[in-house]
Order: sequence, then C-alpha cells, then structure tokens
Amino acid sequence: MKRFEQFSASDAISGPPSKADYWVDRSFRTVTHLCAWLILAIVIALLWQIGEKAIPAIRDYHLGFLTSAVWDANKDQFGILAEIWGTLYSSILGLIIGGFFGVVMAIFLTQDFLPPLLAAFFRTIVELLAAIPSVVYGLWGIFVVVPVLRPVANWLNETLGWIPLFSTTLSGPGLLPAALVLAIMILPTIAAVSQDALRLVPYRTKEAAYGLGTTRWEAILRVLLPTASAGIFGALVLGFGRALGETMAVAMLIGNSNQITLSLFSPANTLAALLALNFPEAGKVEVRALMYAALVLLLITLLVNMLGTALMHRTSKALGVKTR
Amino acid sequence: MTTRPDLLESMKGAKRFDLKRSFWEPRSLRSLLLSIGAWIVALIASVPLISVLYMLIVRGGRRLNWEVLTELPPAGFEEGGGFGNAIVGTLVMVGIGGLISIPFGILAAIFLAELGPDSQIANAARFCAKTLTGLPSIIAGVFAYAILVLVTGTYSAPAGGMALALLMLPTVVLTAEEALKMVPQNMKNAAFGMGCTHSQVVSKIVFPTALPGILTGVMLAVARASGETAPLLFTALFSNFWLFENGRAELMAPTASLSVLIFNFSGMPYENQIELAWAASLVLVLLVLVFNSLSRIIGRSRI
Amino acid sequence: MSAIRAEKTRITAADATPPGVVIDCRIDKIYYGDFVAVRDSHIPIEKGKITSFIGPSGCGKSTVVRCLNRMNDLIKGFRFEGRVRFYDQDVYAPDVDPVIVRRHMGMVFQQPNPFSMSIFDNVAFGLRLNRYKGNLAERVEHALRRAALWDEVKDKLKTNGLSLSGGQQQRLCIARAIATEPMVVLMDEPASALDPIATRKIEELMVELKQKYTIALVTHNMQQALRVADKTAFFSVDISQDGRTGYLVEFGDTRQIFEDPKEQLTQEYIRGEFS
Repeated sequence: MKRFEQFSASDAISGPPSKADYWVDRSFRTVTHLCAWLILAIVIALLWQIGEKAIPAIRDYHLGFLTSAVWDANKDQFGILAEIWGTLYSSILGLIIGGFFGVVMAIFLTQDFLPPLLAAFFRTIVELLAAIPSVVYGLWGIFVVVPVLRPVANWLNETLGWIPLFSTTLSGPGLLPAALVLAIMILPTIAAVSQDALRLVPYRTKEAAYGLGTTRWEAILRVLLPTASAGIFGALVLGFGRALGETMAVAMLIGNSNQITLSLFSPANTLAALLALNFPEAGKVEVRALMYAALVLLLITLLVNMLGTALMHRTSKALGVKTR
Repeated sequence: MTTRPDLLESMKGAKRFDLKRSFWEPRSLRSLLLSIGAWIVALIASVPLISVLYMLIVRGGRRLNWEVLTELPPAGFEEGGGFGNAIVGTLVMVGIGGLISIPFGILAAIFLAELGPDSQIANAARFCAKTLTGLPSIIAGVFAYAILVLVTGTYSAPAGGMALALLMLPTVVLTAEEALKMVPQNMKNAAFGMGCTHSQVVSKIVFPTALPGILTGVMLAVARASGETAPLLFTALFSNFWLFENGRAELMAPTASLSVLIFNFSGMPYENQIELAWAASLVLVLLVLVFNSLSRIIGRSRI
Repeated sequence: MSAIRAEKTRITAADATPPGVVIDCRIDKIYYGDFVAVRDSHIPIEKGKITSFIGPSGCGKSTVVRCLNRMNDLIKGFRFEGRVRFYDQDVYAPDVDPVIVRRHMGMVFQQPNPFSMSIFDNVAFGLRLNRYKGNLAERVEHALRRAALWDEVKDKLKTNGLSLSGGQQQRLCIARAIATEPMVVLMDEPASALDPIATRKIEELMVELKQKYTIALVTHNMQQALRVADKTAFFSVDISQDGRTGYLVEFGDTRQIFEDPKEQLTQEYIRGEFS
C-alpha cells in the first residue's frame, strides 16, 4: 500500500494509515459488531433462561396452570387464572382512564391551546409524572388514594351495590386504587407517544381543514385524530403493555388476593405483583411455578409491545415519514 | 326584470354572510365547551403530581435530617434510625448497572448508527432494543435471579446491578443511536475526505459531536434505574447493614436500596417506619430529579 | 461498503497517458443501484492546472469528481466501471485502500464543513492523522497563510471553527485540505454556498494554489470556470431512457470550450448561459 509514495511531492505529509491504525480500525469494528450481537443474545438468553426454568412447572401443570385460580405453596398447587384476570382487568381500567387523559393532554399540548409558558408548565408536569418512581406512587396510593376513595366507594356500594362493579366495600387496598395509579403512571407514555403521532400530521393537512372553514375542534376531531389514529392507537397499546408489566405500585395497592371478581373495590392480584410478593420467600417448587408465571407475563407483554411498535411504524410510514 | 329576484336573493344571503363570530351558534358553543373540557382534563391530570409532591415535601421533609441520611434502618419497635446504607446501596447498584450497560450500549449504538446501520444484525438488534424498552422491570429481576442469584447462591449487589443494567440498556442504545445519527453527513464526509478510516471518523468526529446527546440518554437511564424497585426485590433483597464496613466491601451479600426500603417500610404498622419511608421517598425523588435535570441541561447545551 | 467492479489493469506502454497527466479518469459506467448516473466519459487531469467540470444540474459532474478519491464508496449501491489512473496506479484496483487514496487527494465540499473544534485543530487534523512529526504550529500557519485566512484568525486560533463566517469556514476547509500537501485538491462547488465577495476570495485563492497543486473544480457557475480554469469538461444529461444519465460532451482548453465549442450541445448551453 506504499505505492503512491514515490509520486508525492518532496514535502508531502500524507501517508497510509499505520499498522496500528488498521489494527484499531479492525478491532473497533469487531467489538461494536459483537456488542450489537450481544443485544440479540441477551433477549434470547432472557427468553431461554426463564423458559428453561419454567419447564418443570410447565411439565407438572400444563395449561391447567392458566385455568386454575389456586395458589397454595403448602399443597404445591399453583394456578394463575386469578392473576391473569386481575392483570387484564386493572390494566384495561387503567388504560381507559389513562388513555383518555393522555390523549386529551396530547391534543392540548400540540394544538396551540396554550401560551408558550403554560405549555412548558404542563409539559413539565407530564414529564415529572413519568419521573416519579413506581414505589413512591405505591406509597402515595396507600396514604392518599385509598383514604380518599374509601368513603366514595362505600357510598357507591351502599346505594348501587346491586351493580356487580360496586358489589363490595373498599376496606383498604383494591382494584380501583391500583387501576387509578396505573392510569397516572401510563399517562405520560400515552401523552408522549400520541404527541409524536399528532406532530407527524403534516401542517398542510391541518391547513386544508382550516381552509375549508372548520373550527379548531372540527379540524382536530375530523381531520387530525383520524389521520393520527394509528399512531394514537399504538400509543394506547404501548401504554397497555406498560400497565400489564407495572409492578410495585400495583403490588402495594391491589391487595394480593387470589380471587376473580368484577367488583372495583375488592382486592385482587396481578402477575407482576404475584412475582414481586412471592419470589423473595419462595421454596424450590414455588419458584418453578413463579418462573412459569414470569414466562406468561413476558410473552404477553412482548406481544403487546411488538403490536404497539408495529402500529406506530405504520402511521409514520403511511404519512411518508422516514423512521428507522 | 330577471335580475331583481337575484339581487334580493343575494341581499338575503348577505345577512347570512355576517362574518362576525356568533357566540350562540352551536358550533362555536361546542368548540368552547370542548376547550373548557380540555382545560379541565389538563388540570385534573396535574392534581396527582401536585398531591405527590405535596406529600413528599410535607411528610418526607418533616423527617429529613442528617440523622436519617447517615444511620442504619431501625428495627420494628425502635425509634429514630435512618437509611444511610440504602442510599449507598442504591448508588452502588446503579453504578454497577451503568458500568455494564453504558459502554456496552454505546458501542452497540455506534454499530447501529455508523458501522453497519443497514445490516441484518443491526435491524435485529434495534428491534430487540425496542422490545426491551417495554420489558416489565420485574422480569429483569427474574432474569438476574436466574443467572446470578441461583448460580452464586446469594442475593448480592452485582445481581441487583445486573438487573438494572438490563433496564438501562435499551434507553442507552436507542438514544445514543439517535444522537449519533444526528451528526451531519457533511462533517463525516470531511473526515472521510481527509483519509480517515471509519473508526477514526467515529472516534475523532462522530462520537465527540454526539457526546451531549449520548450523555442525555445515559442520564435518563440512570434516573430511571435509581427509582426501580421490582428488579431489586429478589436480586439484592435488603440489608440492615452497611455495604462497606471496616474498609471492606461486602458486595456478595444482600444489599439495601432506597426503593426496597420504601416498599418494606410502607407496609409496617409503625409510625416511625412510615415516616422514614416518606423521607426516603423524598430523597429518592430528588435523586431521580437530579439525574433528570442533568440530562436536560446536557441536552440543551447541544450545538 | 459497495461492491466495486474494476478490471485489474496493468498499465502498459500503449496505454500510457500523455506526460503531465496526474489523474486519467475513464468512466464506462457509474451506477447507483440499477440506475446509471454517468456513462462513457474520459477526462485527463493535468498537473498544476485547474480542470473545471461544468454542465446542467444532474449531469453527474459532482459524481465524477467524487469518484476520483472514492468518496462515492460511502454511498449505498454505488458501482464503478472503468478506470481512474492516479499516476501509474488504478485507484479502483481491488487491492487499493480507498482510505489511502483519500489521503493523497484533498477535498473541499459544497457546504463548508469545518469540524466542531478549534481552528488550529481543524487545520492540524490531517497532520495528526498522518502522525506528522515536525513543527505542527509552523505547518498550520503555513496552510492558513496559503488559504489567505491567517491574518483573520491568527489571534483566535483556539476558537471553534464553526464560529467563523461561511466564507472563512470554506477557506478554513481549504487550509485543512492542503495542510498535508496532497498531490491533488478536489473541489466540489466550493463557492456555491457563499456570497459574491467570499466567492471572489476563493477564486483568487484557487489561482494562487495551482502553482503548487493540481485542482479539479466542479462548478455550476460558468463565469467562475471561465475565470479560473485552464481546462474544462462539459457534461450533459441524457434523459432518453427512464433514468438521467450524465456524460461528457466535450473536453478541452477553457478558452476553446467557451469561445469555439465543437459540439452543438456545448454551443447551445454556453449561449443559453451567457445571453
């Protein structure tokens, strides 16, 4: 590679990269390449480790694990139907509340309702909501949300007790406080992702609506939201995924009780809370069952998250925006 | 003759053409109501945060003093005490998590953004990183439990740090990739034109230029990790003792953390513990906010 | 990196280039993916002269200059058929490292692109890259002087290169490119982003620099080519098929190209530009 040398002007400084340069170049490429592979390897290891540790339990309980609602470590009987129910119920409730607030907040923040200073204020609030650790929400839930909700809940139970939703009293922890805190915790995710989706709508689309003489809200409801709908739906799915896997606040607020109930005020349990509360003191057999439960949780959240990511990808593609 | 009705018609129209805003017209009324609704929703959404902050400052602030920052956790019936060991534990485990995830994540991001952005492995790794963003934090704990606690036979700070690393990794990788991609092609061309090898382009130009953006992501990851509880519950467990004692670090033993302390104390029937839980929450939130603001300040200083 | 197909040529006596030609560029086809960007062009670049590349936009004149130092290798789907001879070697021979090629040909780009570092470090970049052992400060001053920038920046060598004005930035980029004394300097529309005063400075600089360097200059500004270039290559674009393919129409002394063009296309283009 020294062949160009002979023609250099006498004072030329250019030379080929040194051997060390080439060595560094090659090793650096190799190392980064390995790191990229390692990310893939980690995900595989994650699935494999948890899957492998769950195999004994899968062999013992088969799919009956998913349809039984008994969790009794003394009798070695394990089933997670109640947890699956509780996970879905609390997450859907959280999604309805958090989704509504999150999407309205996203509209509010992107559609020029506010002078810059106020917009920054509300944006900060949403960001701070995301920054508070889960365990702090749990503590706040125990000492603020439950006491505030209790009289309301018990009044509803007294007057409207015949509706299954209100069929029990709220004695302390329960589904509703957990779902409310979940809603607060997924609000920032939903607001942030929906904001991105709304911002992707080209300005000319909005202009076209205004040009036809729509009011601001007509433009938002008839043009903006439909155009961004796939992205907003993606935001909701991602928020749902987050709610499914949310652990600490729920574990502290849901009451850890193995029952299937429609009542908003009765204690229940979720998969993540089951893992958090039972793992530290579990014996060998229970750990296997917990690994099975972890696998189920992992698969559900992976599925939901991939769905959400794919949906968001589709919006940006449909709107002709390049994302990688 | 024929124009007269037309004129009349157009004059009739003129009234309907009134350009002034009519308050009571249904559509402007509806618009107003919706706007008021949006305001109400936004205000309601701010209530929880204000309530949380209020409780933290009032209940946590009341108890916050030098003693709680430096003493060991009290037993059930004891008065006083603090959570000094938990602060140290949190910092050590976040540190371990960072030591693992930051270099590894940045190197992977360099591959994704620069050295092989269109390769199949890059697409697969990017997809995996995105998937990991949504990983329930408790699953990270289960994983670290499976590969470290079961193997070493003990709860430990490295096991906790490992679980945190898994949660930090996707944030580091994805934000670093974004930051690296923001470096103008122009500048890279200049470096290539000087006869840099690709690694030299990355190390001399691309990486330094993207550094603020990368640090933003790193700080975000650190902030998120410091608040995590679930992954530590059964990897680091908890401890009532100092991590460093008599100049020796007991790393391979159960380790305290602020978040697990809050969780443990929140369920105790003693007022002292509950007060400490609030004080610990305040410290934890401040810690998280410090990292968060650092991330923002660094992000703003970008060119 | 893209696959490059190039015949491995041993240069024979019959093949020899006229004396004084530094780069002999023979393009059969340049592909971006399936699309042929440039075809059938032969441009010899002579030592110590400014060779300008002109033509309508999209005619591939930039592509041609960027393929001389293999910058196009960085673009996905790029494929080169033909031969670029740099003295007696084929730049596209399979065993040639593009990194080394680029070290011997300095390049100045359309948009001024100083690095986000001090003025001094910008100019010293190439010197350090090549592990220059001599007096760094002396070299930097020398390069800045020749780029006619020294007087403006000598008191603020430590400030960031990006803080300079557009014209100064471009002269800084020229200083950076010539600091390592490359044999050839490639300039891809170096003045197109600059105002007329800055442009004139760059032009004066080019004439100054050709005493020592061989320069290949892409420009969309005909007057500029007329003012500074010794040789001119006129490209045109062929839109007969589905793509737009550029090709060389005429090559010769700048005077001849502007005053007595042989080809109809050149005549029309030049008449159109000057009327």
